[in-house]
Order: sequence, then C-alpha cells, then structure tokens
Amino acid sequence: MQNPYLPYPVRIDDIITETEDKNLKTFKLVFLNPADEENFSFQAGQFAELSIAGKGEIPIGIASSPTEKGFLAFTVNKVGLVTTHLHNMKVGDIMGVRGPFGNWYPWDLMENKNVVIIGGGFAFTTLRSSIVYMLDPANRSKFKDIHVIYGARTPGMLLYGDELSAWEKRDDINMHITVDATDDPDWKYNIGFVPTITDQKAPAGDENTYAIVCGPPIMIKFTQPVLDKLQYDHDHIIMSLEMRMKCGIGICGRCNIGKEYVCKDGPVFTLGQLNNMPKEY
Amino acid sequence: MKCVKIDKKLFAGGIERLQTSYRLFGPVKDNNFHDFQALHVGETPDPTMLNTRLSPKSIVYPQSELMFEYSLDDSKKDSHILKEIVADNSPRVVIGIRPCDAKAFLLVQHNFDTLEYKDPYWVRAYEATTFVGLACNTPCSTCFCTTAGSGPFHEAGSDVLLVDTGDYYVAKIITPKGENLFKLAGWEEEAGSDNAAGEIENLKQAAEARITTRVNTDKLREKRTTDLFDASFWEEFAFSCINCGTCTYVCPTCWCFDIQDEVSKTAGVRMRNWDSCMYPLFTYHGSGHNPRDNKTKRLRQRFMHKLKYYVDKYEKGIQCVGCGRCIRFCPVNIDIRKLCEAMNNFEPAQKSI
Repeated sequence: MQNPYLPYPVRIDDIITETEDKNLKTFKLVFLNPADEENFSFQAGQFAELSIAGKGEIPIGIASSPTEKGFLAFTVNKVGLVTTHLHNMKVGDIMGVRGPFGNWYPWDLMENKNVVIIGGGFAFTTLRSSIVYMLDPANRSKFKDIHVIYGARTPGMLLYGDELSAWEKRDDINMHITVDATDDPDWKYNIGFVPTITDQKAPAGDENTYAIVCGPPIMIKFTQPVLDKLQYDHDHIIMSLEMRMKCGIGICGRCNIGKEYVCKDGPVFTLGQLNNMPKEY
Repeated sequence: MKCVKIDKKLFAGGIERLQTSYRLFGPVKDNNFHDFQALHVGETPDPTMLNTRLSPKSIVYPQSELMFEYSLDDSKKDSHILKEIVADNSPRVVIGIRPCDAKAFLLVQHNFDTLEYKDPYWVRAYEATTFVGLACNTPCSTCFCTTAGSGPFHEAGSDVLLVDTGDYYVAKIITPKGENLFKLAGWEEEAGSDNAAGEIENLKQAAEARITTRVNTDKLREKRTTDLFDASFWEEFAFSCINCGTCTYVCPTCWCFDIQDEVSKTAGVRMRNWDSCMYPLFTYHGSGHNPRDNKTKRLRQRFMHKLKYYVDKYEKGIQCVGCGRCIRFCPVNIDIRKLCEAMNNFEPAQKSI
C-alpha cells in the first residue's frame, strides 16, 4: 500500500533571496531518485508539503512551472518553526517533498480565453508557475490576451525581479507591475495599490475572460468590488485559498470550509463557489 | 445466517484458545470506568459493562502513533530521509464491542479508506481486526442509537454479534472473519436457528423499547449549509462550552489528527496524535490569522461536521452512532440531541425583499 505521508527525498540545489527584507527565499529542489520526479506530475496552481526531518511539514504552492523540468521551486516566507529552519538550510542539504496536492487553475476552461492574473505580495508563487506555463512556446497559442497585475509594498519586495523585467519586454503578455510607494527616481512602472491598478488596466469582464486573484485578504477585499464594476462573472473569478494544513490529502480534518477540504477539494475555488460556502477562511 | 450457542461456562476456555492466534482486546473495569484494554491470559471481558468510557477507536487508530523514523546524524548515509514504521498488524480481536462502536468504524472508514488515498496505518490495522459485537440488553438513558443509524442489536461493522440470553450467549456469525475466529475458539455448537432467531428478536425488541430518546435527522440534508452556519442558535449552545475537547476524545467517530516531529539526540520520529476542533491551535495560521478564533466557531464546526458536512459529503447519514458518550461526559451538559433538533428544525428568517 502506497503511503501518502511519505515524502520524496530531495536535495536543495539552489537558494535565491528574493526580497530586500530577506524574508522570502526561493528553494530549488532536485529529486534524489529520478523516478520520483515522474511520479510528481503537477499542474500550475497545485501545492506540496515540504518536509524537514526533525521539524515538520509546511504546505507551499509550487512556484516552478510544469514546463520546467529537472527541479521544483518553492518561494517560502519566514514565519514559523519549519520555515525559519528552512531559511537557515544550505545548498546540498537533504529534505523531503510530498505531493502534488490539491486542484489547480482551470487550464482547460481557460483555453482560448483572455487570462488576467492579479497578485499581491508573496502570493505570487503559483501565479509565476502559471505565467511560465502559459508563455511556454507549446502553450502560448492556447490562450488569448494575458494581463498580469502584480504589486508589492516596494520595488525591493517584488518577487522574481529578473523575470518580471523579461516579461515586460515581451509583446505577448501585458505586464502592469505596481508598488504601494517608492522614492526610487528610476522606478518606471506603476505606483498604487493593486485594486486601483486593476481598475485602470484590467480589461472588462466578459464570457471570454478569466481573472485569477491571489493575494493578502486586504487586497482581495478591495479587488472584488473592482472586478464587479468591470462586470466579471463570479464563476470567472478564480481564487486560491490558504489554510492551516497537516495531511494535505483531505484526511486529518482541519482545513475544511463547509464540506470542502482546502487541501484536496481546493485550494482553487471560483468566487461563485465561495459565495455558497460558509465564510470561514 | 449461522447461529452458535456458547455455554457461559465454556466462554473463558474459548477466549483462552484465541490467545494463541490473536491479540485480544476487551472491556475491563479500571477504577470506576470500563475501558478497552489488552486482555492478558486468563482475563475475560467484564460482562457487567454497559459501555466503555472511551470508544474502542484507539485499537485501530491509536491516540499517538509513530509514522516514520529518521536519523539526523550526518555521518550516516540515509540521514534526514524518512522511513516508514510499520506497526504490529498481527491479527487482533475486539471482544465485546457494542454495536454502536462497531458501526462507528464504518463511518470513519469513509475518511481513511478512499479511492484516491488510503491511510495505510488505519487501513492495515482495521483489516487486521475482527470485531465480536455484544448486543445491548440494557441501553443507557443517553443512548439514541436507534435514530442515529445504529441500534442495540445492529450488526453492521461486527463480524459476529453475541447476544446474552442468560446462561448462554447466542452468536450470529456475520462474516467469514467471524466464522474463522469461532472455529479457533472452539465455539461450534449450532443453535437451533428458529429458536435462536426468535429469542434474539424478543431481546432486540425489548432493548429497542428501552431507548426512549431520539434524534430527527430527516431535514438536515435539505438545509442550506450557509443558512445553518449563520443560524442564531450557535452562540447560545456554545455559551457554557469550555472547549475542553472531551467530546472529541470520547467520540467513536471523531478522527482528526495532528502530525508532529519528535527528536531525541540524532534519532527522530514523525508521529500523529489525535487532535480536536475544540482547540484554537487546530486552525491557527502561521500569519496569526485564525478562521475559528472563538469557541462558538469551534463548537459550530464540530456539530456542523457531524450533522451537516458529513451528511452532504458522503450521503451516508450523520457522523454519529448515538452512543451518548459526549452527553454523559460533557462537563457543562451540552447535548448533541438538542443541537441536532435545532439544526433539523431550523428555518432561516425570511429575507425582506
């Protein structure tokens, strides 16, 4: 019997400090057994449990794209026991990964549609996975216009800076990067909160347009009225939720919203679905 | 169905014979309460027991269970890599389990044994276990099994059902597992089946008549989850709750668990421990946010899970077998029957147009 609690052993291959406060690092992980990588077949939007022997596990969205082979990437905020320990680990150290878990953004429904990605802060990880996935030469033609509205408090708090610059230069993706505030005279992108920039830059909602929204609760709260104003159908607004988790497979009982387990039936829900679920998240 | 008659004088001898083939568990009196414990050679289940204080769920699903072991000694080749710990899954038998508790395992099975994921620890332990049920001739005043999908003579979940008829037990053999166990015990005197069936039926009717409290669950399915969730009665029911978690520990159908690592020098284990939705840490995010940040929300979760979410998710009735333990042991007299009544009868206030 397969043991779904057993992590695949992985080696830390690279560590990138992402933000100026040094609280966010990206860990590139390589499977010790190549066969495990094949078993770990995932879609953009899913998450995994990162396992550190002696400390425990944490559920983290997968930041690498299914089109990137040979490694997995996770961007981790330093918050508690496991993440603090992980931030002190070094290249070459051995840890574990379980997954992939949960559902993913509805890639089949979004084929031949416009996709508007709205992200804030460090919730941009599975959105990065999604952008890389959509921009892959094998996939780009499956989607119409792609818009990305991504904001952070300051320029130094934006994740994946080099990639953001590269995407800015492309003509097959519309980037709308923003910061809450900056005194950097060389800042050449937007200044303003994500909901404001969404109001200014996002295309109007219609049956051919989907919005994926990921960010802190305050951003989601103020973005929703903007999307309503732009006439986005609630079934076309896609969100990814966070919850305290342990098992990742819908068994341990703690991450439910109503009868749905965020780890197994989520983390991706449409706003239409959330409207019919208890407000307990 | 085959019925076997066991002279009570021969019961202990059969139990003795089973010791060579099984690990035995049965209700034993410990101070003021009965609890399921390993039966040592010479011990038999205590026939005076009404029901145990804790349910027998721990025989399949221990309160604390080792999952993996590992070494943190970097000089070792496999350091930091987890290895599965397989528990002793040799055949075991639970003798004297009440029908409600045997049924509870079937409700819990929907969580641990699914098409998508199988919890190997639970599934292996469950498959290794034979359940010898003991019908209830004397139900307790808090029992409401007959309206909670079970009953004092309910057979679902048991491999054999024993019925105490005075000088004899009459045993209904329900599964091949049960038949095998009876062979090994040497209990093979067939009861004249017409006679036995009639005798069992009379006792069953008498026992069912003694169960006078009931729950109505017929309207739970049709209620809107969000209506029940936003109902005004939660505050009132939770007023006296102290979030002690006793209800979840004594409950045969509560299954939630936590996973923790524990290290001694360089040797570590990952284990799981029963957890409880009554505790604030259960849902406490790393960020400090807690979606269930007060006792009313936590109490609501427990009863919504048992009486609404489970009902909707599996369409197998409520996640409760009516054993009444949570009612008997709640220090502030919270009564699931009253909660169920409030939920089943709830009508949301008409929305003004």
